[in-house]
Amino acid sequence: MAPFDIAGLFGETGAYLVYLAIGFCFGFILESSGFGDSRILAAQFYFRRLNVLKVMFTAIVVAMLLIFWSTALGLLDYNGIWVKPTYLWPGIAGGIIMGVGFILGGYCPGTSLVSAATLKIDGMFFLLGFFIGAIFFGETVEYIQRFWHSGYLGEFTLPELLGVETGVVVFLVACLALGMFLFFEWLRRVVYGVRK
Amino acid sequence: MNTLVEKTRYWNPYIGGVLLGILLFLSFFLVGHGLGASGGVHRVAVAIEDLVIPEHVDRTPYIAKMAGGERNPLSHWLVWEVAGILLGGFASGLLRGRVRLQTYHGPQITPGTRWAFALAGGVLMGYGARLARGCTSGQALSGGAVMSVGSWVFMFAVFAGGYGLAWFVRRLWQEA
Repeated sequence: MAPFDIAGLFGETGAYLVYLAIGFCFGFILESSGFGDSRILAAQFYFRRLNVLKVMFTAIVVAMLLIFWSTALGLLDYNGIWVKPTYLWPGIAGGIIMGVGFILGGYCPGTSLVSAATLKIDGMFFLLGFFIGAIFFGETVEYIQRFWHSGYLGEFTLPELLGVETGVVVFLVACLALGMFLFFEWLRRVVYGVRK
Repeated sequence: MNTLVEKTRYWNPYIGGVLLGILLFLSFFLVGHGLGASGGVHRVAVAIEDLVIPEHVDRTPYIAKMAGGERNPLSHWLVWEVAGILLGGFASGLLRGRVRLQTYHGPQITPGTRWAFALAGGVLMGYGARLARGCTSGQALSGGAVMSVGSWVFMFAVFAGGYGLAWFVRRLWQEA
């Protein structure tokens, strides 16, 4: 039953090639969706273009549904998949810093990769900055160990938080996504008129 | 902005989203975890650090876990995924004639200004992504799809930071 131990099946090199292939598809989809262009990404924050919201939330809902269904059908062992443990406070602080970095720099890490790969100079500068920021974190994390491990909740999921069945959360998240698409479309028309 | 031309150039976002969702599912289904980017980029940065100042890397606990002693920070699935992202992005751009040395910037600023802000934003993103233990791919997309509470909170924090500052820096992106 899935997920599989691909390193055991294909060896270390084989496993790396699987990751290379997954990454290839990821990069291809990002670039094809226009995410190598910082102007399209930044326009999300001015309600002018909704590509980021639409791609991201469509992807989350589709993946969530497929995981839910394949688990229900007994094809996928949900306990075998990796759920990132929650560290609440560093997650919030890091998220806000990244939001600021996003609007100033125009990319997130994955999108800066496809931007740099298509020779966009702003993407390359962003990536260089990312190197500096990540190295700085590695050098200074010793001083913030307590904060970096604060708000630890383990593998904590929305169904556990809300105390409802997983299926209910899947339904709610799908509704949330749909609601956001409609709301932001409406907002864009209010701010920029009917002109596309 | 000549949005009409650009609209036809890129995929419809819902189609891109569905394909990305299927890929994200396949990643969980096949290898047991989602997509990632920042962790791999970080490992490349640490590898460079390890080339220049290996003794220092051995003495710094957080990065010594990746590159201390004989450890090779590049022997990790995330690094291969990042290599794949670069290749996939390049291939997509090549097919559509978008591989071209240029700078994307708002209509009111020069490329030089754009580079400075891209660099500054990158620094913040690099620091923040390590602090939050993941980026838009690893936390928001992957954690979001498996309904991790931390990932959902993270996602809204990113949007809060972005939307909170957007109005003040609108000159960077908006038309006059």
